[in-house]
This record gives sequence, C-alpha cells and structure tokens, in this order.
Amino acid sequence: MAGSGTDHLRAPQDALIRCENLVVEFPVGKSGLKVHAVSDISIDAKPGETLGLVGESGCGKSTTGRALMQLPRPTGGRVLYQGRDLVQLPGAELRQLRPEMQMIFQDPISSLNPRRRVFDIVAEPLRIWKRASGAELTERVNRTLENVGIDPAVADRRPHQFSGGQCQRICIARALVLEPKVIICDEPVSALDVSVQAQILNLLEDMKATYKLTLVFIAHDLAVVKNVSDRVAVMYLGKLCEVAPPDDLYANPAHPYTAALLSSIPVPDPRIRPSEENVLGGEIPSPIAPPSGCRFRTRCPRAQDMCAQVEPKMRQIGLGHYVACHFPLEATGPKPGAAQLAAKRAAVPARPVAPPRPPGTQAF
Amino acid sequence: MSRKVVSGPDAPGRDPNAPLLRVVDIKTHFKTERGTVRAVDGVSFQLDRGRTIGIVGESGSGKSVLSRSVMGLLPGRNVIREGHVVYEGIDIVGFDSHQMRNIWGSEMSMVFQDPMTSLNPVKKIGRQITESLHEHLQMDKQEANDTALALLSSVGIPEPAARLEEYPHQLSGGMRQRVVIAIALACGPKILFADEPTTALDVTVQAQILNLLQQQQHERHMAMILVTHDLGVVAGRSHEIAVMYAGKIVEHAPTNSLFANVRMPYTEALLNSIPRLEYMSHTRLDIIGGRPPDLIRPPRGCSFAPRCRYAQPRCIEEEPPLMEGDQPGHTYRCWYPVGSPENLEAYQRNIVAGRTATGAPVEAPVTIDAGGRF
Repeated sequence: MAGSGTDHLRAPQDALIRCENLVVEFPVGKSGLKVHAVSDISIDAKPGETLGLVGESGCGKSTTGRALMQLPRPTGGRVLYQGRDLVQLPGAELRQLRPEMQMIFQDPISSLNPRRRVFDIVAEPLRIWKRASGAELTERVNRTLENVGIDPAVADRRPHQFSGGQCQRICIARALVLEPKVIICDEPVSALDVSVQAQILNLLEDMKATYKLTLVFIAHDLAVVKNVSDRVAVMYLGKLCEVAPPDDLYANPAHPYTAALLSSIPVPDPRIRPSEENVLGGEIPSPIAPPSGCRFRTRCPRAQDMCAQVEPKMRQIGLGHYVACHFPLEATGPKPGAAQLAAKRAAVPARPVAPPRPPGTQAF
Repeated sequence: MSRKVVSGPDAPGRDPNAPLLRVVDIKTHFKTERGTVRAVDGVSFQLDRGRTIGIVGESGSGKSVLSRSVMGLLPGRNVIREGHVVYEGIDIVGFDSHQMRNIWGSEMSMVFQDPMTSLNPVKKIGRQITESLHEHLQMDKQEANDTALALLSSVGIPEPAARLEEYPHQLSGGMRQRVVIAIALACGPKILFADEPTTALDVTVQAQILNLLQQQQHERHMAMILVTHDLGVVAGRSHEIAVMYAGKIVEHAPTNSLFANVRMPYTEALLNSIPRLEYMSHTRLDIIGGRPPDLIRPPRGCSFAPRCRYAQPRCIEEEPPLMEGDQPGHTYRCWYPVGSPENLEAYQRNIVAGRTATGAPVEAPVTIDAGGRF
C-alpha cells in the first residue's frame, strides 16, 4: 500500500474539489530531517458527495484535510477547486474563495470563543463578508441556528452554558451561515458520547441535503465513516491504501491494512468473538523515515521482497474500487476479516432506512 | 501501623472463601457550591475470582467515580461515601489511606485512561515498576529489576531491558499503556480496574491492549472491572455487564442475556445509536433526544423518563426499583421493560398521543419487524 497514482480520480470536470499528488512535509527543527506527513496523495469529491478519509492517528488524514483548505499551503501537488489551482492562487484571491469552504473541528468547546455570545459567533462570518446586517442578519443567524437544532431564544448565552453536542451544533451553524459549497469535517464526532454522536451524524446528513453540500469527512472510526460517506479513502502513513464505495469497501476489503482495521473494531455483539489472529502487530513507523516501497510492508502479513523495492500504484479491481497493493486480498475466498465480517453481517438484521426528517427536529 | 492488614493470610476477618468483592449500596456524593452532586447513588454488585464485569455508561453516568469509590481513590474533602465494599469478607470502606496502601497494588490495582498522565514523566520506567515491588513484596534491587524485566516482556514490549532505562515520553501511546498495565500487574493483584483503558488509543492498538488484558487476566486468574463507554469493547470480553445511568445501575445481566434480551429502554436506545459496520451507508441512526439529568436535583421518578420513548405517567411519579427478569441474574429498572406487552402498549399509547408522558415527541416507526417489536 501505501501507494501513489491517480487511476482512482474521476474526470477533472466532474470533481468539485480534487487534489493531485499532494505532498505535505514539515521540517524537524534545524536537523534537515522532514516529517513526511502526506506523500503523493490524490483524492477528489464530486458535488454533493461525501468523501470519507479514514486511518489511524499519524496517517496524515487531518493534514490532508487542512492542505485542501491551504492551511498551510502544501509542499507540493495541486488542489483544484472548480478547476482553479488553489496552491498557485495569490492570497487575496484565495481569500475570496474562503466563504465557499468551511471547516468543523474535533473539539467543539475549544473551537468556540468562550467570551462571545453564540449569536455573535454565528453572525461573525456574515459581518466580516458584509453579507447581511440589521434585521436580515438576525433572521439569517436565527434560521441557521434553528436548522441545526439550537433554539434562537438561547443565542445570547455563551458556549460554556451548552453541552458538547450543542457546541458542535453551534460550530456547524457557524460553518453553514455563509452557505458554503464544501465543508471539511475533521473528526467532528470523536469527542462526543455515542448518543450525541448519532444526533450530530444525522444532523450532518440533513444539512448536506438542505444546503447541497460536499463534505470531506475525516475520522478514525470506520463505522462512523461508513455511515456518512459516498466514497471512502483509507490512509496509512501519508499514503492512500484503498478507495472504494463504502458498502463495497467493507464487504470486500482488498488491502491487508483495510482488512486489519475492520477486524480490530469491537462489535457490540457478544456472539462475535474478538479476533486474536487478525490483530495487527507492531506500531505505525516514524513518518520521518518511512519504510521504502510500500509503507505498510513492515506490518503486513502478506509482504514479499517486492514490497520493499517497488511502491504499489493505485489500480482498479472493481467498480469504483481501487487498491494500492501488489498482493491484494481476493474479493472471494478465504481472507482475513472476510469470514468475520460475513458473520457480523449474518448476526445483525439489516435495519430499515427511515425517511429523512425535517432539519431541526428531534425525534425518538 | 502493622503491615499487611488485609494482605496476609492471617489477617483478622479475612475469609478466602467469601466472594472476592461485594459492593453493597455504595453512594458517593460530592458537595459543591451548587449543591450535592449524587454521582453514584446506591450501586451494588458482586465480583468473583477470575470474572470480568463491564461497567458501561456515557460521560457523567458515574462509572469512573464508582470504580474510584470502590478502590478508595477519592479526594479527601467534600465527599460523602456510604455503603459497603467487602473485599474477601472485610469491609474496607472505613479504611484510611495507610490501611489502603496494603490493598492498592497488591490486592487491587487500576489502569487509567490516559497513559501519558498516569505515568510520572520524570522517572525512568524501570523505577516506576519496581517501586511497588519494593514496597509490597520487599524485593531487593536485583530481584525487583529481574521481575520488572519479566513483566515488560510479558506485556509485549520489545527490547524490555532498554525500555527500563527510558522515560515515558520516549514511548508511543500503546507502549505507555502496556507499561501502565505492567505496573498494575506487578504485585499480582486479585482485581484489576481498567477505567477506559483504550479510549485514548487507536483502534488497532486498542485491539492489542484488550487482547493483552484478557490474556493476563486468564494467566493470573484475576478478576477485572472494565469501565467503558463503548458497548463494543465489553461485548466480547466480559462475563456480565452493568449499564449505568445518572449514578445508578439501570440494567445488569450476563453479557449474552443483555444483548439477546435487552429490557431497559436506555440500553436499547444506546445500542441503536451506535453506527454499525453491517448497516448500509447513510442508514439513519436512532438518537436519544435530550440530555442526562442534573445529578444535583435528579428527577423524582425514573431518571431516564424525560428521554424515554415509552415514558408513562407512572415513570414520572415512581422510581422503578431493580427488578428481576425471566433470565437468571438479569435485573433492570423499568416499569415498562422492552419486549413486554406493557411496553408495547405504552409505546402505542405514546405514538397515538404523539408524545410521551414527559412531553417528548414520539414519531411512529417506519416498519414493524416480524417479532412484533418496533
């Protein structure tokens, strides 16, 4: 894995946001060494699509998300937004595009200014961009707050008077108020309790429909990513392993790393014994001196000599399903994770899909 | 002060045939400026040798306070702790910290959530492990070092001899948690408290650490109390599960019975709100509306009633006691338990009314499955 290549990208005119051969490196003090945070990653998202980026800590998923926003500008590669290369764009022109691209962060409480009232927090983008004032400003802020399930009557309170889940709703309102086209969600539910997590995931789905958003959803929890994504990219140590539609990825993981990730998820069902043999040994290597060839080879059960020599490229193995591996797992037959996954699927009946609820309503 | 008050085989009152740990109606309240927070409000359970109990709950449910209260690790001031913690026949609630020192480490020990803050950053790992070996087992330096080496290799740390001379910041999160586990296991405790031991770790490392805990527990015939917010973590790794809500156990059952036959609406709601790999993507998740109650002024009736879709007038008035289910050892606090005809009736009443007795809105479900349950 851990390969490069651009075979998995769709036609440039179809993508709203697309990055090609993205490289982000950070210097290590004055030693001359570099942290290879993101190494040659290419991803794209069509309008209205949710792209899920998943991987363990240190795999570069947050850095990728921030590089898309030019925070900071990447070391190399291109980031195309509606066909324009943001990396080459002068600062003033980039700033004009900022209202169309917003971010939601992991910790909702620390990403809100504790000294400001919720109304002012959500109104600030409108004031900065002079999009509204007076009664119209109030109306737009209140409507956005209502959409995310916050009663505008409490908008004169400050963030500490709200719970974590409500603060995340306020962050979402702040991101939505300018009616952006793209929102980068960086671990938006990792700091929340499971019951609140479900509320926020449902809210993001509703808001995506209401505001016709394109989302880049970054998370370490595969089940969460599967729930919201239209396409999932698995990352490891600054490289892409596998890109696929979520249901296919989870049913037929082709990359050994994806299979290992899937089998390490604890399942809330005692009939499924936690697997002992598929647990990945060792730890993620240092991004300062990443392994040669395939970066996953040091922990890969299928690694051969070739993996140390030649870096695998992204190649297609199914409809919309791409993998960067010299020895991918077969879609049928015995493979790590597959039997367990099949057992999981058999054990839990499929649940009916409820129709979308109008935004802002909570039901039991 | 005599050493080994409880640890010695001849300690007065100590009965090796008694249940390992019996917690009887323990309460832990904190005095604050706003009033008394009833963090743990009457919890009882029993733990036998070599068994694992999973304690599950959301933030603020009292699960961490419970484990600290049982171990006597509470701040000295502004705490009210009542009830009994009976360890091998001896009630240790009245013990002062000098007496507890004979229990901490050698009889019970704890693995905390964050391995960075639970290790001392300015002491070498070797010294942190040997500290309790000197203290409890009176080992000399050489013996303690050899034991520390053996412990580190048993928890799967590569090059253990070199690690003894390192500081915590030189290790990764997973390796640090292995060191914390080695320290906790050093004096051969009979009970290991693991308070969210894997919450700060990545999912692949989480699997490694959970397997390690299970293997060590098996080898040492140790009992374990696994505290977590993740039902997935305890599902495959505990003999029984206690679900906590607002400082109380609201459902307690053998693990298989809990998942196969959920009775408490809160447990059901918690299970339904977890996104699962088996669901197709974009599956609508069931949510639990509202927020947990204020533990300073808990509601009069059932504490979950304001968020429960089955809530009836009785739930607001009367607090349900822990009731026995049909399955042995399965208890729950609910007047209208999930899966019962009363529950179905209550739910239908609420759907017709469009709201529960507490005024929370209820929507009709989309489909009814073959089992007759919604």
